[in-house]
Amino acid sequence: MTLMDKIDYSMDKILEVKNLRTSFFTDAGELKAVDDVSFNVYSGKTLGIVGESGCGKSVTSLSLMRLIPSPSGKIIGGEILYKGRNLLELKPHEMRSIRGNEISMIFQEPMTSLNPVFTVGYQIREVIGLHQDLSRKEVHDQAIEMLKLVGIPSPEKRIHDYPHHLSGGMRQRVMIAMALSCNPQILIADEPTTALDVTIQAQILELLKELQQKVGMALILITHDLGVVAEIADEVAVMYAGRVVEQGLVRDIFSRPQMPYTQGLLNSIPVLSRHSSGRVKKRLEAIPGIVPNMLSLPEGCRFQDRCSYAIDLCKEREPDLRIVASQSGIPHFIRCARDI
Amino acid sequence: MLFYIIRKIISTIPTIFGVALIVFILFNLVGGDPTYQMVGRHANAQQIEELRHEYGFDQPKYIQFSHYLKQIVTFDYGRSYATKQPINQMILNGIGPSLSLMLPSFFVTTILAVSTALLVAYFRGRAIDKICVIISVFGMSISMLAYILFGQYFFAYKMGWFPISGYETTWPECFQYIALPMIIFIIVSLGYDVRFYRTAILEEVNQDYVRTARAKGLSESAILFKHVLKNSMIPIITNVVIEIPLLILGAFLLESFFGIPGLGSITIDAVHNSDFPVIKAMTTLVAILYVIGNLATDILYTFVDPRVSLK
Repeated sequence: MTLMDKIDYSMDKILEVKNLRTSFFTDAGELKAVDDVSFNVYSGKTLGIVGESGCGKSVTSLSLMRLIPSPSGKIIGGEILYKGRNLLELKPHEMRSIRGNEISMIFQEPMTSLNPVFTVGYQIREVIGLHQDLSRKEVHDQAIEMLKLVGIPSPEKRIHDYPHHLSGGMRQRVMIAMALSCNPQILIADEPTTALDVTIQAQILELLKELQQKVGMALILITHDLGVVAEIADEVAVMYAGRVVEQGLVRDIFSRPQMPYTQGLLNSIPVLSRHSSGRVKKRLEAIPGIVPNMLSLPEGCRFQDRCSYAIDLCKEREPDLRIVASQSGIPHFIRCARDI
Repeated sequence: MLFYIIRKIISTIPTIFGVALIVFILFNLVGGDPTYQMVGRHANAQQIEELRHEYGFDQPKYIQFSHYLKQIVTFDYGRSYATKQPINQMILNGIGPSLSLMLPSFFVTTILAVSTALLVAYFRGRAIDKICVIISVFGMSISMLAYILFGQYFFAYKMGWFPISGYETTWPECFQYIALPMIIFIIVSLGYDVRFYRTAILEEVNQDYVRTARAKGLSESAILFKHVLKNSMIPIITNVVIEIPLLILGAFLLESFFGIPGLGSITIDAVHNSDFPVIKAMTTLVAILYVIGNLATDILYTFVDPRVSLK
């Protein structure tokens, strides 16, 4: 890490999330799905948000777009500063002019995220026509251009296809084309490859990386797959039970994970190591136990029940995020009372 | 498409044959000999025999059945026992009054119900939605009979806004006669339809593609009227088409209480008079209409959902 990198980082901060809190109000009580989460997003860089199912990573991404299902869900605190403007204070129509235009989103389920009864061309043209002042012809040409950009062969023909004519990977490409068609500053990708075949996953990730370099947007990648993060993210925030528990540069965290939960996640990636006699299977480690019930969280650290390092202190009070030393010099945060 | 329709029409032949067989069995084997009813109490054996011969009841059952099949194909159901009129003429006379009442009622109901359903779906979970659902349940829980009696007594008799009953074939005189039954039909159907369409629309509102549409920056009304409505068309069309036979046949109760000489009245009179040929013709007609309705549904599906292909 050079000084230049540091300067770069402080300069292109495009999104600043401060103390975001999103809750769902259920019959059984308040469920704090996102509890005091803060992070920054930089132009041209990728932030990975990682965690198990139900840790609040998807709710975080939906909160950024203000697409939390209401009335049960509500953003109850914090700020989301996009270019200095707090998105949480915008009027609905101001927020709509940002969605799909300056901040776009793609989703986990390409099979169901496209409307089955409209052609893909219609669905791409719709977003272009909504946010840009172009003639019908220009809108149509740009839609074809977008399909070409995401690597869909013979886009002039495919534009008349309905989603059910396309495979999962192709549909996700259409979703990406749709999301990028207004040149957004930020693309939020919520588990974009989870529902796809492994070979297609790699293609889509490659495409995202390539497009990011082409258009210089910031990418927020929500995933449970640390392999994906290692491949394309610059920074990573690890979430657990609605909290950020570790945050920093990918290379710092992967080389020296400091929170036991992150260590557990890294250990639970299957490894195939090659031996002279062939492949040797290493026993796969798993994090014991299950995610805590979000309606009745334990006192103290939320990870204590599954942590092999837990001490009495962990049960007494929840540790704050604190900075630990990192190789790069960029702050590395962990939420752990112990030095491991 | 044309090939599909032709094949589909051919495939309805066994269905209609089956209906005809069941109707025939019910009327001829289970129902007893209609001659005894027609000749009255003071008939002698010879009179009965003559009548049986006149109507063909003395012929073997299979000949009678093939005669009935021929009636279905030629749309010539013979004459009514009660009025001695040709039945096909009675049906043609009845269609006009039935349609004059049912067509406007049906269109107004469908348009009102779908737009109300969209409105309450837009405000789902809020007070206006809950109030509409309560009114719908209330409206559909009351028997049509209660509305008819109340309307005839209060609006027609007490207030004098409408004639109590009757019909006029000329326009616009006929409108004053069909206005009250039309209003009653709309009120009675609206409750059920709004609830049905609301459910169909809300089913779609939680789909992933709606979230995508929101993420594109579309307004809620654009999402509802474009994306959601087109996806809800399948259940809506299904519900609409099921009501089409009812449309032609009219609402039995409304027609008979308001003295509208439509197919509904004809059928009810035929039941009162044990006028078997008319009942048989009407039963067959409804069955055929249902079959046509189903075919129409299948074809309409292809227009609203590209995933449905007719092969």
